[in-house]
Amino acid sequence: MRILGARVPVLETAAAWLLAALWLSPLAYAFWAAFHPPEFATHFDLLTPLTLQNFAKAWTYAPFPRHLLNTIILVTMILAAQFVLCTLAGYAFARFDFAGRDIAFGLVLVQLMVMPEVLIVENYRSMARLGLVDTILGIGLPYMASAFGIFLLRQTFKTVPRELDDAARVEGCSFIGVLWRVYVPLARPTYLAYGLVSVSYHWNNFLWPLVITNSVETRPLTVGLAIFGAPESGVDWAVISAGTLMAVSPLLVAFLLFQRQFIQSFMQAGIK
Amino acid sequence: MKHVYGWLLLTPAAILLIAFTHYPAAATLLDSFFSTGTVVRPSRFVGVGNYAALADDPIFWQVLRNNAWFALGTIPTAIAIALVMALWVNDRLPARALVRMAYFTPTILPMIAVANIWLFFYTPQIGLIDQFRALFGAASHNWLGDPTTVLGATMVMVVWKEAGFFMIFYLAALQSMPPELEEAAKVEGASRWYYFRRVTFPLLMPTTLFVLVNATINSFKLVDHLFILTKGGPDNASSLLLYYIYQVAFSFFETAYAATLTVVLLAMLAVLALLQFLLIERRVHYR
Repeated sequence: MRILGARVPVLETAAAWLLAALWLSPLAYAFWAAFHPPEFATHFDLLTPLTLQNFAKAWTYAPFPRHLLNTIILVTMILAAQFVLCTLAGYAFARFDFAGRDIAFGLVLVQLMVMPEVLIVENYRSMARLGLVDTILGIGLPYMASAFGIFLLRQTFKTVPRELDDAARVEGCSFIGVLWRVYVPLARPTYLAYGLVSVSYHWNNFLWPLVITNSVETRPLTVGLAIFGAPESGVDWAVISAGTLMAVSPLLVAFLLFQRQFIQSFMQAGIK
Repeated sequence: MKHVYGWLLLTPAAILLIAFTHYPAAATLLDSFFSTGTVVRPSRFVGVGNYAALADDPIFWQVLRNNAWFALGTIPTAIAIALVMALWVNDRLPARALVRMAYFTPTILPMIAVANIWLFFYTPQIGLIDQFRALFGAASHNWLGDPTTVLGATMVMVVWKEAGFFMIFYLAALQSMPPELEEAAKVEGASRWYYFRRVTFPLLMPTTLFVLVNATINSFKLVDHLFILTKGGPDNASSLLLYYIYQVAFSFFETAYAATLTVVLLAMLAVLALLQFLLIERRVHYR
């Protein structure tokens, strides 16, 4: 961390706090509604009795454990595949001077603009042909070769000193051995940063999972939550708040625990 | 040998990228020249027929206008708020970590969850906003049911969601600024505002441009909230291009027309990509 800057004037400090309170208020409100009986949803009285009823109801109205499991399988699968694929491709771009490299890199970067969610129509058709509609693999597959990950790892691998690479080769490492023993350990902060960004992205992703799934066994939390929270479902606010909190709590708790790490990761991923 | 190894390492990622980015983009373009096939009437070549239909489709023009307003309404506001946030949490502020966390929290929440909460704010009469207004004797208003306020209502929520994310980029840029600058300004007796206007803000210009382009690209993909808040209504007043594509493809099953709409979206993203490329070129000259 750098040396702290100037002191913020008192008036601005008050404004900064006010804005912070404003920014937290929707979440704070969700907590209020979730832990109080429905009739107190808009009646703010600190003496109102607390209740866990809403959580119990939300738990029975929708198959949250199944959605949670699906989301966990999904983000883990995507992350594992991304690490492998992006490491190999990033290494190729950083250290192999192969024919057509620059054109290939340009083609990879196209995906930064044209993310899979833009191509839902055509990708749905491809998944249908592959027989992967309504599977968790089908949700994850378009995201596994991530241009962002390839780019990030390429930048990181480029900073590894050539001498280390050469030394490892002299010791008899194969080129895969060098990647595994030299490059990957040195890029650990990048993996962490990219991992946090990827997990939070796919935990929250909605449009493509909605399109490609149609059963409880495959739907991730966001899709389950959207169906559960739809006004047609006739569930009251307190229960929806409870369900919403259950859906976001794993990521929220992780964020609160590793707050600094999260923010630094997003920062690191953002400036590359 | 390096050619073989290079391509060998790239192959797994390349196959997936081609299968789910390049191939579908090309297939979309091709499909836009054909009619939607059905069991009784197979797909046939219609030339620019779909594009003619598009030009005559009032909903298409409306969602395009909505997208423009949505971008104009959310991006400058979110960027301005993000800049102020970053300046605050970068300086010595009591409870700095807590404030920074508060600003950033909306970013890590899924839009679906956020929209569930905000839906209740906007509900007429019993919603929080109307109850607050009732304290001042204002009449109840159906924020999401009125075509004149619905887009604005969704924009307020999106600004809230996005500002903390943009703050991160400014924060990163601020932390890489040499502290000597601020010391020199202090010695010269420059005011806080003067220092911001003449030093910090110009130095942050590359960051601002970067955030601007990325936010614009992102604004075409932000449609999750519509599924919860409005379903694009009333009367498509809050609908956006990608949401319309989803409806055309998966509710009306007009896949050829959806492909045509996707081509428009891809074309706009391509223009933005080009813009970003040119801006990055300029950024290099900056340094």
